[in-house]
Amino acid sequence: MSGYADPGFDTLALHAGAAPDPATGARATPIHLSTSFVFESSDHAAALFNLERSGHVYSRISNPTNAVLEQRVAALDGGIGAIATASGQAALHLSVATLMGAGSHIVASTALYGGSQNLLHYTLRRFGIETTFVKPGDIDGWRAAVRPNTKLFFGETVGNPGLDVLDIPQVAQLAHEHGVPLLVDSTLTTPWLMKPLELGADIVYHSATKFLSGHGTVVGGIVVDGGSFDWAAEHARSGKFAELASPYDGFHHMVFTEESTIGAFMLRARREGLRDFGACMSPHTAWLILQGIETLPLRMARHMSNTERVVEFLASHPFVSRVGHPLLDTHPSHTLAQKLLPRGAGSVFSFDMKGSRAQGKAFIESLKIFSHLANVGDCRSLVIHPASTTHFRMSDEALAGAGIGPGTVRLSIGLEDPDDLIDDLKRALKAAEKAGNHAGESK
Amino acid sequence: MKTDITLNSPTGPATFPLYAYTGGKPFQPGQPTVVFIHGVLNDHSVWILQSRYLAHHGWNVLAIDLPGHGQSGGEPPATVEAAADAVLALLDALGIDQAALVGHSFGSLIALEATARAPERVRQLAMVGTAYPMKVSPALLDASLNAPQKAIDMVNVFSHSMLAPPPSALGPGTWLLGGSRALMRRVLASNPRTNVFHTGFKACDSYANGEAAMEQVNCPVLFLLGQQDQMTLPKAAQPLVQKARHGRVVQLRAGHALMTEDPDGTLAALLQFLKA
Repeated sequence: MSGYADPGFDTLALHAGAAPDPATGARATPIHLSTSFVFESSDHAAALFNLERSGHVYSRISNPTNAVLEQRVAALDGGIGAIATASGQAALHLSVATLMGAGSHIVASTALYGGSQNLLHYTLRRFGIETTFVKPGDIDGWRAAVRPNTKLFFGETVGNPGLDVLDIPQVAQLAHEHGVPLLVDSTLTTPWLMKPLELGADIVYHSATKFLSGHGTVVGGIVVDGGSFDWAAEHARSGKFAELASPYDGFHHMVFTEESTIGAFMLRARREGLRDFGACMSPHTAWLILQGIETLPLRMARHMSNTERVVEFLASHPFVSRVGHPLLDTHPSHTLAQKLLPRGAGSVFSFDMKGSRAQGKAFIESLKIFSHLANVGDCRSLVIHPASTTHFRMSDEALAGAGIGPGTVRLSIGLEDPDDLIDDLKRALKAAEKAGNHAGESK
Repeated sequence: MKTDITLNSPTGPATFPLYAYTGGKPFQPGQPTVVFIHGVLNDHSVWILQSRYLAHHGWNVLAIDLPGHGQSGGEPPATVEAAADAVLALLDALGIDQAALVGHSFGSLIALEATARAPERVRQLAMVGTAYPMKVSPALLDASLNAPQKAIDMVNVFSHSMLAPPPSALGPGTWLLGGSRALMRRVLASNPRTNVFHTGFKACDSYANGEAAMEQVNCPVLFLLGQQDQMTLPKAAQPLVQKARHGRVVQLRAGHALMTEDPDGTLAALLQFLKA
């Protein structure tokens, strides 16, 4: 390695964390399907358990294949390290559970994936962690929601599916003024479109199931520690984050901030969170996600160019009443997206048709290339009706808060020929229009 | 652990707390002591995978934050000699008659100078990623003052040699380029009064007593060098290697950041040296 800067994104996407296997010469990363790893001696074993030395013990805590993925995503996001988890939801839970317990409070954006909203609003509340939701662009709302026991600000880079862009620099500054870190779900943008840690966020996570994997084959998540938040200083100031800055009985009275100036979060997340909650990733899954990441730059560029074509088509179609993508100057996040997401604001977005629920159903059922399913970020184009699927547990009020209408359709634009995608949408929109005409005739 | 030390300054004696990580174990009189001294814009945590092990295997460990760095008070030392005084003052404050000194880069020169100033108080001297003279290019000196974030990126790249490091300071999944950059940013921010980056580089660049200091050293000396080190090339240690009376050279397949790029190799070399 030479020169004055880190290797570029495309190089890191292929090489970060992986070298030819010293035992076999294998150039591709091997899949280490082994639950456990032999100790060199009793002393080596004891040293690994006591964090005196670093290495692999048991695949719930760490695994060589997973470690390649962790280094690679940390490299792409500009973090100090990462932890692979069983899913994106496991990554969110690991982040929250590492930082707080009962009696704590989170301030979160309203524009969240339905599963995240569910975890915060219902499930974590049952465990004594409360969340106040605020609109992502309402800075005064974020400020007003802070309580003495607030431990975390949380939002998505672009809210699902309205694509409300989170003003990370502004929200991060506010979080830091109140002595709390900013956690960001970066699933829909990936580090190719935005690096939240460089904009001020402290921790980032991804549902690696989506664009990182890119092929709709595996479920996984990953948390990246930016190493930027000074847990010890905040603990000294306010008493918060005793989880990281005071002796932990569950690990030989270790004080994680004493063991690492920058990495206390990552240390505890792995040593407690993976150990006790156990939501680890399979090495086979890690390997498949690595295959995806190798082509992430190429795929994301195509996702973006296809999205531009589809957005342009939909925006000019007479049967479409709204297209919710920041590419359009009618979108409330248009200006912010140009600033924070110059390569594009993602390929998952929603639009509304001029029609009834029945026409919406006709539209979805007429599509031939777009697949109707509950996922995004696949290489194939996908479609879903959020109000009846991903966000069905949300009240109408919460739905409206997240920018979702009863007739909203969400698209995830894949890598097909863009002309074919447009033809598919054109045909389905025509079918939806006709369905409305027939309904009118029958009356 | 924080220990008040007293140093002479132009305005008279100055007393301030010096932080030392003890490896998760309390200081125990009667055990041999190893003092770890970090390099420019680093802190005690770069030694985590060597210091914690030693602390649990019969040594007292004092991995210090240099004055004015991280959790230590005082002014950042403007010279290698001033930093060496701080190390000896710590030994005085804790009543330690003799210790092994282990220093990395700038810290290796500090350890050398401290040994030369008080040869009877140093049992062993380990110089990790060292060079003499330790000249810093004018461009980097200038950048450390006027464009420190750019200089951090330069130093970070020069200090690392691999894109696939082994499990390291934060366990498997540690990304060393990111970790090193975050640490340097944190240490720079830890002192809002003085640019410890520029101060440290100037101290390295201006140190002129290396060969004379080595002539004062009677104890065993370990030169632990990185084969791919671009900051302090292995050949740049030769002036000191040639002068050392009881010197031994070990090279590892690593860059300047030996402690994190090859934590096991660094520990093994130190263990062998300290046990001898």
